[in-house]
Amino acid sequence: MAEFEPVLLRRILKKASPALDAYRSDGGYRALQKAVAEMTPEQVVEVVKASGLRGRGGAGFPTGLKWTFLPKGHPGPIYMCINADESEPCTFNNRILMEEDPHQVLEGIILSSYAVKATVAYLYIRYEYGPATRAMQKAIDEAYNAGLLGQNILGKPGFNLDVFIHRGAGAYICGEETGLIESLEGKRAWPRIKPPFPAVEGAFRKPTIVNNIETVACVTHIVDRGAEWFKSIGVPADPKNPRDPGSYGPKLYCISGHVNKPGVVELPLGVTVRELIDKHGGGVWKGRSVKAVIPGGLSMGFMTAEELDTPLDFAGPGRVGCLGLGTAAVTVIDDQTSMVDVLYNVCRFFEHESCGQCTPCREGTGWMLKIVARIRRGLGRREDLDILEEVGDRIGIMPGTTICGLADGAGWPVKTAIRKFRAEFESYIRSGAKAVPLPLAAVGH
Amino acid sequence: MATVYVNDKPVEIGEARLNAIEAAQRAGVFIPHYCWHPALTVVASCRMCLVEVGELKDDGTVQMQPKVVPGCQTPVKHNMVIVTGEYGQHQPNEPIPTPLNYPANYGTPGQRAKKAQADTLEGLLLNHPLDCPVCDKAGECKLQDFSYQYGRSTSRMIDEKNTPPNKPYISSKITLFTDRCIMCTRCVRFTREYSGQGELTVLQRGEHAEIDIFPGEPLENKLSLNVVDLCPVGALGSKDFLYKQRVWYLKSTDSVCPDCSTGCSIHLDTNKDIVYRLRPRENPRAQGWFMCDEGRLGYRYLNSKERLMRPLAGPRGQLGPKTWREIIPALRRDLADRAGRSPDQVVAILSPWLTCEEAFLLARYIKGLAPTATLALGPVPIRGEDDTYPKDRRGRPMQPVRFTIRAEKCPNRRGVEEVLRHFQGEVIPFDRVRDRFTAGQVNVAWVTIGASPDRTGWDEESARAVAQAGLLIVQDLFAGVLTQAAQYVLPSCGFSEKEGTFVNHAGLAQGIRRATNPPQEARAEGQVYLDLMGVTGLFQAASVRRELAATIPFFAPLAAGMDPLGIRLGQVPEPVA
Repeated sequence: MAEFEPVLLRRILKKASPALDAYRSDGGYRALQKAVAEMTPEQVVEVVKASGLRGRGGAGFPTGLKWTFLPKGHPGPIYMCINADESEPCTFNNRILMEEDPHQVLEGIILSSYAVKATVAYLYIRYEYGPATRAMQKAIDEAYNAGLLGQNILGKPGFNLDVFIHRGAGAYICGEETGLIESLEGKRAWPRIKPPFPAVEGAFRKPTIVNNIETVACVTHIVDRGAEWFKSIGVPADPKNPRDPGSYGPKLYCISGHVNKPGVVELPLGVTVRELIDKHGGGVWKGRSVKAVIPGGLSMGFMTAEELDTPLDFAGPGRVGCLGLGTAAVTVIDDQTSMVDVLYNVCRFFEHESCGQCTPCREGTGWMLKIVARIRRGLGRREDLDILEEVGDRIGIMPGTTICGLADGAGWPVKTAIRKFRAEFESYIRSGAKAVPLPLAAVGH
Repeated sequence: MATVYVNDKPVEIGEARLNAIEAAQRAGVFIPHYCWHPALTVVASCRMCLVEVGELKDDGTVQMQPKVVPGCQTPVKHNMVIVTGEYGQHQPNEPIPTPLNYPANYGTPGQRAKKAQADTLEGLLLNHPLDCPVCDKAGECKLQDFSYQYGRSTSRMIDEKNTPPNKPYISSKITLFTDRCIMCTRCVRFTREYSGQGELTVLQRGEHAEIDIFPGEPLENKLSLNVVDLCPVGALGSKDFLYKQRVWYLKSTDSVCPDCSTGCSIHLDTNKDIVYRLRPRENPRAQGWFMCDEGRLGYRYLNSKERLMRPLAGPRGQLGPKTWREIIPALRRDLADRAGRSPDQVVAILSPWLTCEEAFLLARYIKGLAPTATLALGPVPIRGEDDTYPKDRRGRPMQPVRFTIRAEKCPNRRGVEEVLRHFQGEVIPFDRVRDRFTAGQVNVAWVTIGASPDRTGWDEESARAVAQAGLLIVQDLFAGVLTQAAQYVLPSCGFSEKEGTFVNHAGLAQGIRRATNPPQEARAEGQVYLDLMGVTGLFQAASVRRELAATIPFFAPLAAGMDPLGIRLGQVPEPVA
């Protein structure tokens, strides 16, 4: 593992130019050329399937498998949606990729579209990513001029692709697969009921594949270097668990919160949280120690200091009661921080971002915020903790009470916080402490 | 043949494509729901219809899914097992089905669904104001009913509730009590999918989501009041009905809207002889689920103080009140006298508001007096053209048509025409007899109207022409040109005060039933005809209908009695609901 060489960040770490020429001279678009010249779309799908690549957006669904869900022999159009609505708190790896090395992303988009025979790709970028939008647009323009987009790409007859950038308007729910499609269609981003899944009926009622930026960036390298190379990185599948597809490939880990050196690092999947904090994040700031860690974006719940040796692969966080790997965005909370404040912040976020469609999530997120806010004001009751835990347990697609996973993400941090830090909440409630009032602007919701 | 098991009870569903709610309904099990409505798209967002599902394997074991699923979104298939929150509860007279072979580690079937439904209700009530004592919906509110049946009795929330502002501005006919809303979005989907113009929308996110209109574009389409029926709680209220009556005082009678030839099936809600509101009654043979605002608000004339209350008789211009006991023999005498002298100059004008039974009796009576008498169809009011929905944002009709408000603003032209055709072989429209009135060739005219004064189809000129008849007998609800010129004024009954049959534009015969008593001495037309014919006893629509069915072949299918959803007559193809 020590000799791991960055793949996705290779050019970025060298501070290479994001321009097309520089990207090409570094071997860029080699994979695309190879695929177009030597491989059929089906072969690309097979390679990606064989590589064991799993979606980097949070759910970790096998990418190649998702592509095979498209109806066979569909007359088209088939749409590709690239999810760059990177709204999970503490997550910023897509942003780095788009801003610093847009052609790597674009090559992945073109390759993926080739594989699924999509003729239009929509790049859905969150509104706040201005520089990323501009960088991607510049790369798209360059690609059109170079014959990498448009009609008969790279001289291959019938390989047509147009890429359009669609900017979101700032809602977290637009990052949900079908919420994104609704938003793309110009509607309110209320996630759709499934089935039909987007691969059968997605954007504009046509077959649609939605992939994350980092996922498609990986596709480039898989086609370039082969599935075997990709499989040599990361954590192999657990032979005792037939349902575990393994965690292969490199992953961009975001490190943020109370560390000395926040940022994005690229490592093979399966690195432990402790290694990330100590080796790559420069340790906890101000000489303090870890109280809690969010392993993969706010929705995944909390880990305690005792659980830092958990490997961050697709299966690891689940073993310590977290929802999953999520976006692999590690947020460190130091020992001087009140979990009540942290949880209050979490609840504010989800109360604000719940789309309001399903009753359990709409009312549950609001109720949890009201309870936590009251606890924070010093008016908490012991039974409030039980209510929080119960509500956290009963909302989401896992118990079957909501349409999308936002509610799972809202419930998980609440119930893991209460379960893992119950003593702190109880002593806070007993002491009758009143938290420092936040400025009005920060509380306003 | 597909079989599904609802709470252990096998149900044959044949080839039907049903969701779990509909399949359970066939098994006699009700699955509570808010957002689902058979006429609207499925959104599966209220999460009230959560059920447990599984599959019955060939070896007799049952494989259950570990999580609950919304029944509205779950299409049923062969050997599907549905377990609702009411598992284990049986009707008193029902045989208890043999329990299926649930997995040993599954726990008690139904517990998951029961808890999930109670949780959903707890959520819905968190921010609900619980102002049932002042809410119009109380008594027919699904939130009340389901909370009572499936919810917990106490709220665990001690925090302040959200109090979004009320929105009386959303329509001239509808007000929105925003805080009572449970965000089922039925109203929004109705305006988008059924009326089509999408006036309603959802604003904000999460627990702050609210129903609203777009600025300056209120909900004013002709189907708008249906959103009040669709609203399962008291959020959308009809301004017409608001604070008029508690619903538990209302008596609901099945009837038919008389305001156009679509003939929407309705519930007529009345109390103490006052009609308070009309609501659509689901009828796939008639209009489907909904009705138009014009029909819904068209009942007010029934309650009017201006109605004709007592029979009047006397020389022209000197009418005086008489009792029915005096007037019936006098009228009979007068008619016999004049009809005997000039049998060709007898004209009866049968209003398209008459029921088939009334038209039949009147026609028979007049033809009995003078076989050469003329029976004419009263003026048929046509206003504009048929108005179809959905419409697009610019108000242009769209395909496929889901609802039609017809231009013919009367309920029973078809039925009266068939009666006339039987008695004289053809239908003589009023325009063909008008000249005979102006030429002074009519000695006896019997005129029936019986409609709201703004919808009669009579114009001033026609009325003045008919007023020249030698003997004029008028049966109507309100005073007018004709009643002033008449020698006999017989106060008649509105559609809520009598019983009978209306035949709509497509030949669907539906029964109307008596829901209120007529004001003072007003007497139903059918009763007057029986009195004149010397038949003793009360007018019974059912017996006249039997006679009608036996006499006129068109009405033959009515011989076996009336179906609540109506009976199709004639060779008219089944329209798409």
